[in-house]
Amino acid sequence: MMASLAELGRFALDRLARLGRANLFLLQLLRALSFLFRRPGLLVKQLHAVGVLSLPIILVSGLFVGMVLGLQGYANLVDFGATSSLGTVVALSLIRELGPVLTALLYAGRAGSALTAEIGLMRATEQLASMQMMAVDPFPRVLAPRFLAGCIAVPLLTGIFTAVGILGGYLVAVVQLGVDGGSFWAQMQAKVQLLADVGNGVLIKSTVFGLVANWIALFEGYQAQPTSEGVSLATTRTVVDTSLAVLGLDFLLTALMFGEW
Amino acid sequence: MKQKNLELAVGLFVALGLAAFFMLAIKVSDLSSLGNDEGYRVTAHFENIGGLKARAPVTLGGVRVGRVVGIGLDPQSYEAVVTMSIDPKYDRLPTDSSASILTSGLLGEQYVGLEPGGMDSYLKEGGTLKLTQSALVLEKLIGRVFTNMASGESAPPKTP
Amino acid sequence: MLAISARSDFAPPHDDPLVTMRRLSFSRGEHRIFRELDLTIPRGKVTAIMGPSGTGKTTLLRLIGGQIRPDAGRIEVDGICVHELGRKELYQLRKRMGVLFQSGALFTDLSVFDNVAFPLREHTRLPESLIRTLVLMKLEAVGLRGAHALMPSQLSGGMARRVALARAIALDPTMILYDEPFAGQDPISMGVLVKLIRTLNDALDLTSIIVSHDVKETAAIADYLYLISDGQVVEHGTPQDLSHSASPWVDQFMHALPDGPMSFHYPAPPYETDLLTGTPS
Repeated sequence: MMASLAELGRFALDRLARLGRANLFLLQLLRALSFLFRRPGLLVKQLHAVGVLSLPIILVSGLFVGMVLGLQGYANLVDFGATSSLGTVVALSLIRELGPVLTALLYAGRAGSALTAEIGLMRATEQLASMQMMAVDPFPRVLAPRFLAGCIAVPLLTGIFTAVGILGGYLVAVVQLGVDGGSFWAQMQAKVQLLADVGNGVLIKSTVFGLVANWIALFEGYQAQPTSEGVSLATTRTVVDTSLAVLGLDFLLTALMFGEW
Repeated sequence: MKQKNLELAVGLFVALGLAAFFMLAIKVSDLSSLGNDEGYRVTAHFENIGGLKARAPVTLGGVRVGRVVGIGLDPQSYEAVVTMSIDPKYDRLPTDSSASILTSGLLGEQYVGLEPGGMDSYLKEGGTLKLTQSALVLEKLIGRVFTNMASGESAPPKTP
Repeated sequence: MLAISARSDFAPPHDDPLVTMRRLSFSRGEHRIFRELDLTIPRGKVTAIMGPSGTGKTTLLRLIGGQIRPDAGRIEVDGICVHELGRKELYQLRKRMGVLFQSGALFTDLSVFDNVAFPLREHTRLPESLIRTLVLMKLEAVGLRGAHALMPSQLSGGMARRVALARAIALDPTMILYDEPFAGQDPISMGVLVKLIRTLNDALDLTSIIVSHDVKETAAIADYLYLISDGQVVEHGTPQDLSHSASPWVDQFMHALPDGPMSFHYPAPPYETDLLTGTPS
């Protein structure tokens, strides 16, 4: 009994210490960002790694999610003779929830885990230590470009995911199921609002998710035990922690943004 | 050469992302909702607004002319106060226009429908619509039908 | 061996030591790694710090580089107390130190050329043409100019270490620290490294510190040896002195005898009691 209580206490303290380290880490990251004004070239390479290379999975997933939404929405709305609002259903679910959340989850799996493994291995192979011994601070040189690139890439990927998803919904609804194309777009335009939906949903949510996903990925990599086991553990933890954080934050943000409607 | 390709790919990626946002802004959402606050405000008092929500459309002859921006309660008269923002390009609404709360379809959303009046003066910022018609509340309607039937009157009930 | 004339930018007397450690203590958790260690590294020479695995030789290098701080005692590099420096001054000092890590620690996403150019590009504003010249010179010094376009993954272990050496000398440091330079090398690349360390030290007027447990190779190039065990300096002197040392411990280590004062066994309770209790204590 006492032992398990002590175990719980140790677990809580451990978590708390970890959270503290993570916050310090984020602070150091943010402080290092200004370096990128002097070396914007560093950003390009990382944008390629986390953004361009994530595009295929985002495009394909977005298309399929949109198509499924079109099919399911049609099956439900057809009973009420309301298929003309299919566009609204597809667009709103993608813009408010599915776009930001699924993009963040896919990003964690595709790019976040890679970031963790890369940083973890750089530590394990003493690359970061040797950089420090060459009087180069790895925060501005290695971590900050990856962080900023990730924070830029996630909102862009979310926008692409959402847009492609809506096109996928259009393909199914209009091209395949014969919903009227004019009313598909018109109803969507009447209901979807630029600031309240696109701004809150796609832009703010994805920015928050991008920040969290990259923060977790880089922190896990930086904290990883410098062994192959440690790196693999950190990679797993990145995907799990990011997924949980994104889903939890999504609930919070949704409650704040859309709760009153 | 390699760096060039990298830059090209990243450039394309960013352009694609921005294009997606552009599409979301232009094609998917109602861009004019951005200029919503530029419209002039008009209030109307209703006995009952039913299920009207903020951001519901305000229409005239089926054409949307504005949005509901606020719903409140007048503490003196216990009437619902609905604030609407009307697009400035519809600036020639007569002051004696009437507002009613309507429902689109049987299960659809509620919205405010305007009926133009005949006066020569037009509604301005802060104006009030005097003539209003409350929402049709199904329970009240059915209750009225029963009362009328009980008292032997066969005339159809008038809307409240 | 004669002390090589010191570099003009500090102009110290010839026998002025470059690194001194006084009463240095360091522990990691419960484990005490150094107890009141005293050590002096002369300028312009190759000094080797040797000892069995796990005696904290790498920790010693990290203390000199200021990556970790001692619990007590003092480390001075060129008269500057390393562990009292702020981050900025420490980074200034590190520009004068080259470190060759055990794994080489080349940046895997950069080519050989870019690896060697890395410190130059980070710390200087030299034009690219001059950087190219410098990088090719450094690579020529380690005999790998022809490999400048390769990626680190295409190099053998010995070549990677030589590239890392070229990178470590890119900024023309005052001193260079070698962490186990011979570990896991085949005899040929071992010979190449031995020769390189000696040649570079003399040609570039460096002070070299080698941390190693490869007795034969290290003794062959070092001017001075320190033997560390159990957190303290056990013996020091020139390689000749040490190989004729009267101390049984030094004798065991220098001639690689399996047992001696340095026990073959990790400290343990008596064998019989351990076996009879049934559960590991």
